[in-house]
Formats: sequence, C-alpha cells, structure tokens
Amino acid sequence: MEKVLTKNIRNDRVPMTRTEYEQTGGWDAFKKALAEFKPTEVAALVKEAGLRGRGGAGFPTGVKWGFMPRFEEEPEKRPAHVYMVANADEMEPGTFKDRLLMEGDPHQFIEAMAIASYAIGADIAYVFLRGEYTESRQKLQKAIDEATEAGYLGDDIQGSGYNLRMYLHMSAGRYICGEESALLSALEGRRAVPRHKPPFPAASGLFGQPTTVNNVETLCNVPHIVNNGADWYKSLGLHKDGGTKIFGASGHIAKPGLVELPLGTKLSDVLDHFGGVRGGRRLKALLPGGGSTPLLTEEHLNTPLDYEGVGAVGSRLGTGTLVVMDDQTPIVGVLKNLEHFYAQESCGWCTPCRDGLPWVARILGQLEAGDGKPGDIELLELHTKLLGPGKTFCAHAPGAMGPLESALKYFRDELAALIPDDASTLDSTQAANAVSNH
Amino acid sequence: MKLSETEIAAIQHEMTLYEDPGAATIEALKIVQDHRGWVSDETLEAAAVVVGVTPTQMEAVATFYNLIFRQPVGRHVIMICDSVSCFLTGYQEICDYLKQTLGVEFGQTTQDNRFTLLPICCLGNCDNGPAMRINTDYHGRLTPDKVDAILAEYP
Repeated sequence: MEKVLTKNIRNDRVPMTRTEYEQTGGWDAFKKALAEFKPTEVAALVKEAGLRGRGGAGFPTGVKWGFMPRFEEEPEKRPAHVYMVANADEMEPGTFKDRLLMEGDPHQFIEAMAIASYAIGADIAYVFLRGEYTESRQKLQKAIDEATEAGYLGDDIQGSGYNLRMYLHMSAGRYICGEESALLSALEGRRAVPRHKPPFPAASGLFGQPTTVNNVETLCNVPHIVNNGADWYKSLGLHKDGGTKIFGASGHIAKPGLVELPLGTKLSDVLDHFGGVRGGRRLKALLPGGGSTPLLTEEHLNTPLDYEGVGAVGSRLGTGTLVVMDDQTPIVGVLKNLEHFYAQESCGWCTPCRDGLPWVARILGQLEAGDGKPGDIELLELHTKLLGPGKTFCAHAPGAMGPLESALKYFRDELAALIPDDASTLDSTQAANAVSNH
Repeated sequence: MKLSETEIAAIQHEMTLYEDPGAATIEALKIVQDHRGWVSDETLEAAAVVVGVTPTQMEAVATFYNLIFRQPVGRHVIMICDSVSCFLTGYQEICDYLKQTLGVEFGQTTQDNRFTLLPICCLGNCDNGPAMRINTDYHGRLTPDKVDAILAEYP
C-alpha cells in the first residue's frame, strides 16, 4: 500500500531536514494552496475529500472549517485575530500515534497547520502539545524556526499577502485538555474546564475569537489532499471513509507498534499485521481506539476499521490504536483501571461525572476484591445511563461509560460471578433508590 | 520574595505570545518550577505579580495541572504510567518493585532526596509498556532488573 502520512518517517524517527523535506515535495502543497486556491476553496476540497477527525470524534474536518466566519468580503469586520489550534494533547489511554507524526516528520505537521490556518483565515496558530512530549517539542520548534527562516511563516508569505504566526504551547498535564473547549480554557491560562456549547469555537473560541481546533493526524492529511485531490484521497480508503489511518496495537499483542493502512482494513488483518495476540492466545476483547471506545470481541474480527464499520457494531473507531486483551485477562481489572483513570481525570465541574465516576471505580474495585454485593451489576448499568450522553457537561463521562456498557453486554456473567453467594443483598430497586437519593 | 531576572524575562516573553498576557499563567508556573524544582507559596505570589493575575487565580491553575509541583520534589521525578496498556503488560509488578526499592509510596520522596515517585496518565509509550518517565527521559519494556540499571543512571 502507498504510505501517505508516514512516507518520510524513518525507523529511528530522525526527521528530515527542511531541505530533504522540500526535495520530497514538502511545502509544495502550501505554495499551491496560496497560489491557486482561495481559503474557502481549500476548505471545500477537504470537505469533498471526506476527511474526518482522527482525534476520536470523527467529525468531518471540512464541515468544521465551514463553520468559520468569513471576512474576505468585509475585511473591516475582521476581529483582531482568528485562531488555528492543533490538538497535540495526546493522552487517550493506549494512544501513541500523534507522537510518531510529530517526532518522525515535524515539517509535514507544520506545513499542514499552515495550510489549515490559510483555509480558515487564521493569522495565529498554536500547537497545544502535551507536557510530557519533550522530544516532539524540540523537533517542532526546530521545524517552526526553519519554516519561518524559509519564509513559509511570517508576513506576506510567498508574496501572497497572507500572514501567519505559529507558537508552541506546552501543556501542564490533565487528560481533559484534549476536549476542545477545555483545551481553549487551558490555552488561555485557566483551569481546563470545558465550556458550554453553543457557542462553538468557530463562533467564540480562543479569547472569544473565531477558532478551529483539529487533531494532529487529521491535519497531516491536508497537504496530501491539496497535492493530489479529493478523488485520489477517497480512493485510499477501502469503503466509504477515504484516506489512510495510523493504526496501533498495544497490550497483549505479539509485536506492538504503529502502522499506516487504508481506512476500512479488516480488524483481523490489522491484528495480523502486529503478529496477533501475544503467545498464540485467543483474543478476549479489545478497545478499538483508546480508553473511551466500547469493547470489541472475537465476533467482530471481520469488522472494517473505519468510522462507519466500527460504528455499525456499537463502538467507535476513536484514535485507531487497539488495546488488546488475551483470553486470560479478568475484565474487571481492565474496567477498574479505565474507570479509575476517568474518575481521576474528571475536571470536577459537573456532579454526575465528579461523583459518579469514583463511585463506578469503587464498585469495580469491590467486585475485584470479592466484596461485591447483589445489585452491583444493576448499579453499574444504571451509571452507564446516568453518566451517558446528554447527562453531563461534556463527553468525558459518556466516554468513560463506553467500555463499561460494552463489558456489561459481553461479559455480564463473568462480572456477576464475582459477587459472593453469601453477600448481603441489595436489590436493584434499592440500588436505583440509592442512586436517585444520592 | 523576588524571582530572578532570568525567570522574569522568560515569563514576560511568554506574555507577548498571547492576546491576553494572563494566558502565560501556566507557563509562568512552569518557568518557576524549571528554575527551582517546585512552586512555593512565595514564588507563586511573585509569579502572579509578574503575569498580572491574583495569587488565587495562580493557585487555582497550579493545583489543577498535574505537572506543576506545589511541594518540593527530589532531584529526579519518576512518573510511572498507570494506564491500560501498561496495566496489561506488567505495570503492577514494576510499581511494587519501585515502591519497595525506593521505600516510598506515590507522592513521596526518598530520604536522600534523590527520587520522587508519582503515577502518570498514559505516556504515549504504549508499544513499550510497562513504561515510565524519569525527568524528561522515557524508559520502556521495564523489568525489575532493567529498573535497577536505569535508576543507577540518575545519581
């Protein structure tokens, strides 16, 4: 298969110099965009290509760009600044793909940011980078400096009249910063508490100005779409969703790592690429795209890994990095680990998330320790509803409930068997009352 | 309590990168921490004055983010990844081994002030689990023997 996003990336991740990058056609897409396309035409091209967000939500990128207010006709109405923000806060459990793109080919990412900024009319771009990614920081800063030196960033870029400045912001931790409105709060120097939507960032984002936030991998597709067109891009995918995807595998897998494959590659083929389940064991379950995606099992091995395919079997493609569990794995331990993480990373703003997630983690801990009580399974199930979509301020708690809800579906008997026969009873009605009174 | 010229200059530079200079709040805390290892009450107040926010605002931010230390830490900070991929590949054994070898629990510093041990969310080093980070260095595929060798690199 043709490598697109990773074609320049060497095994040791030593990035190309700017000159080497230019020799492989690097920065041609930005020059082409500036010379041949209006900003809205770039956005339309990306929309036509069908590029969808690779950070987990899968929202169509061109549609998101289409929400941005336009000031080409009325430049006097243009606000002080319009912002492009790259979400490089890769903290989803089991996800390590953006790190590869930033460490392995920083120039591609910086060029992609520049094109995206042009497409939405931004004059300032920030990379919101997670604090632990110090190698990415050094390489990206070098790439930004080199791009500035070569006249790809700054004022009147390539004689086009377009101005763009780009800055790196190193985060100070917390998973919630990956939520785009929380990320904007963090970038403004505040606690990373998500904001009410609407207004969406396109209307009122960073410092109240029009803003677009895109994931690193999403952005890295953009230069290739500009160079090769929408039809070419669509043809890369095996089904409806176009393009390639960086898939990863970790956990109980023979050869953990990352690989770029067409979107829509079958789950079993992706697993085969990583040597299958470790030690020749059978697959028990996997998280298809990070800690907040519902589990898949052996019955889903023929599922095409794209947005539609994974969606059709009740999960989400998410970040596309598989976390694999073999048949010896007690599911309760995995769930406790995940829910403890989400409980700890709740920003604390809304009650269901702040109080519900620790409760869920505690119940799972009790089940694991053999201290479960009759009604615990029902109580967990109730939480998947009470912390589900529409009940909380942002998607953090609903995301946390994804794996739990799927585990209650596929491994209910295993979980129920953890409750000792002689445990004191608390029936499901009492459990429900306990929740509503809480 | 005054910050050094270098710290003040670095914070003031950060303030020029944002439409609202107050956005440099997080970076100011990181700058102070880079120079002093942690952020004390006194340096937090001094940083607030430079950025132009109240100490309360500064403290709200400082206590929210897990890479800002409001207590002194050892010469080296060990952060062990406790997320799902590392959990599946042997986090618990490494965690127990570190606690036993260093004689500390999470959040504590060894008596010789050499190491502070902390848990951390997914480090993005999932293909090398179990993984940890010491200061800014990543270490993966840990075994107890390997941990011994790695710790020896941090006097």
